[in-house]
Amino acid sequence: MRFLTSFINGISLGSVYAIIALGYTMVYGIAKMLNFAHGDVIMVGAYAAFVMLNQIGLPVYVAIPVSMVVCTVLGLIIERFAYRPLRKAASPLAVLITAIGVSYLLQNLALLIFGANTRSFSSVVHLKSLRLFDGRIIITGEMIVNAVVCIVIMTGLTLFVNKTKQGQAMRAVSEDKGAAQLMGINANGTIALTFAIGAALAAVAGVLMCSSYPALTPYTGAMPGIKAFVAAVFGGIGSIPGAFIGGILLGVIEVLGKSYISSQLGDAIVFSVLIIVLLVKPTGILGKNIQEKV
Amino acid sequence: MKKFRKAMGLVLASAMLVASLAACGGDDKVKDQNAGSGSSNGEAVLKIGGIGPLTGGNAVYGQAAMNGAQIAIDEINEAGGINGMMIEFNAQDDEADPDKGVNAYNNLKDWGMQILMGCVTSGSCTAVSDYAHEDNLFLLTPSASSLTSITYDNAFRVCFSDPNQGVGAADYISQHQLASKVAIIYDNSDVYSSGITEKFTAEANNIGLEIVASEAFNADNKTDFSVQLQAAKDAGAELVFLPIYYNEASLILSQAAAMEYQPMFFGCDGLDGILGGVENFDLALAEGVMLLTPFAADATDDMTVSFVTKYQEKYGEIPNQFAADSYDAIYIIKAAMEKAGVTAEMSVSEMCDAMKAAMTQITVDGLTGSAITWSEDGEPTKAPKAVVIENGAYKAME
Repeated sequence: MRFLTSFINGISLGSVYAIIALGYTMVYGIAKMLNFAHGDVIMVGAYAAFVMLNQIGLPVYVAIPVSMVVCTVLGLIIERFAYRPLRKAASPLAVLITAIGVSYLLQNLALLIFGANTRSFSSVVHLKSLRLFDGRIIITGEMIVNAVVCIVIMTGLTLFVNKTKQGQAMRAVSEDKGAAQLMGINANGTIALTFAIGAALAAVAGVLMCSSYPALTPYTGAMPGIKAFVAAVFGGIGSIPGAFIGGILLGVIEVLGKSYISSQLGDAIVFSVLIIVLLVKPTGILGKNIQEKV
Repeated sequence: MKKFRKAMGLVLASAMLVASLAACGGDDKVKDQNAGSGSSNGEAVLKIGGIGPLTGGNAVYGQAAMNGAQIAIDEINEAGGINGMMIEFNAQDDEADPDKGVNAYNNLKDWGMQILMGCVTSGSCTAVSDYAHEDNLFLLTPSASSLTSITYDNAFRVCFSDPNQGVGAADYISQHQLASKVAIIYDNSDVYSSGITEKFTAEANNIGLEIVASEAFNADNKTDFSVQLQAAKDAGAELVFLPIYYNEASLILSQAAAMEYQPMFFGCDGLDGILGGVENFDLALAEGVMLLTPFAADATDDMTVSFVTKYQEKYGEIPNQFAADSYDAIYIIKAAMEKAGVTAEMSVSEMCDAMKAAMTQITVDGLTGSAITWSEDGEPTKAPKAVVIENGAYKAME
């Protein structure tokens, strides 16, 4: 019974990680950079939704699309002004450090605008909980929505990347940017589109995460962002199904670890997963070994 | 041309350097004149500094503390000040972070602070008390409850310490027979929370209170409490002890409700703020939560009523115990200064020595306790009281 409850909690936590990891993996796969500001774009999306739902009083089906638009715009701005100028930088670390800088910038802007008082996010999910085995196992509405939305997004993204022209352009840019440009693909535009999709997904992740764990502060996005990065690496960075599997597995491992080993070691377990993966199979579960052909 | 530019650059740089050094020297001279002798218009002034979280997750405490102190200071200044000196108050933000607390302390020193009312949180206070000890500056903390916050002889406190809270909580639960099986959920990365838990566990073992589960979380991992709550539920705990702050407590309450686990919840002073500190929090979730607090705003004695009325008029909300603690802190400083006969000509160190001696000789009736006395180690002697949340407000428990 305890195993089942922990497992279900793990899947719910894991689906949130998976949605965030999808953003990381897409951006890495196509633009070859790790966007460490992703976790904080999630926080911005959650605040945008909070303001619209609780302070202005808009209905859910308006608030979520608008917060997705807000995040998309934010993602495009960050890409245009923080990342694009550094693409030709001498060291690939430059973009990484800028990403961390953007992350702190977003956190402190949110601190300035909203203050650090915790807000309690009202859940956007109004499904009733599922009670199994006479109430011993309770599956909340949020858990179901997390899992369903995660699967929907993953299938949608996979279809988009494989079957549409824009998706094809993305795959081309990820394989060889120079050659793609020679074929007439607008590489900058494609990368911008990738960031836009990633940011829109971040908004969805933010709303879902805050519906399940209602405390919203400017620092809410930081830790889940890092854990989702671990999940993306775990599943194979650059691979969309990999992010999904990595996220779900990481959530389950974290909850089972906290439940059976020690509640204090939850984070230690998550990050040791990262270390083990990097030592044993650095490309992750579904990652591909890309050989350089000369 | 290149050589000229280089030379020009060097000259300008060294000019800037000399200018800034000169400015620094000048300021120091001005500061020395002001320190200790009060304001420039000749009136004797006592500079009291305050350090607490004015922003950040614990802002409720810091703002309440500074507000409470301000009310006391206004009252005292209207009545003529302390020993003829008017009080000037300067509150600095430390965001409940020890490093920022030390920065705040240094800022206040530059301002000319003579007495420190602070810090509000334990972690910050422990760091600052080292510096206050070096400077032999008198420190009175309204609410830092960790033992290490007042290690030295220049530091005293208004609130009861963690051991007292942990022991007091265990005794209270046992004496009032609230429950026989207790689970604890605590923050093991926080000196406040782990300190209370240690003493609570020890006292519970002494008096035969059964602790069926003791689960921890830490500062990086305080959003998902499903594992901790499940462990408490599986162990059959009737009461969950929460020696934590109200932000995490609000999450625990909503997650417990979602998993249909409804034990009694009992907390310490960190839970204060749960009724107003989290925006949009459903107060029905806090119904029935009990917490140890020395101050109940609905008490009917004159002192409390007068304080609550003034606070509501000035700040538009009901004061919490942190406001009461610092209100008492200012009056305690006044009592000690009057007993010690402190004057404006005394240096910071002389003032501190005089106050140290006086503190062990005075008895103060405050909002947070009657006939409070102090021992040399800085600890106050007064009894812990508890309140329960009913209909979205505190109600004193017998």
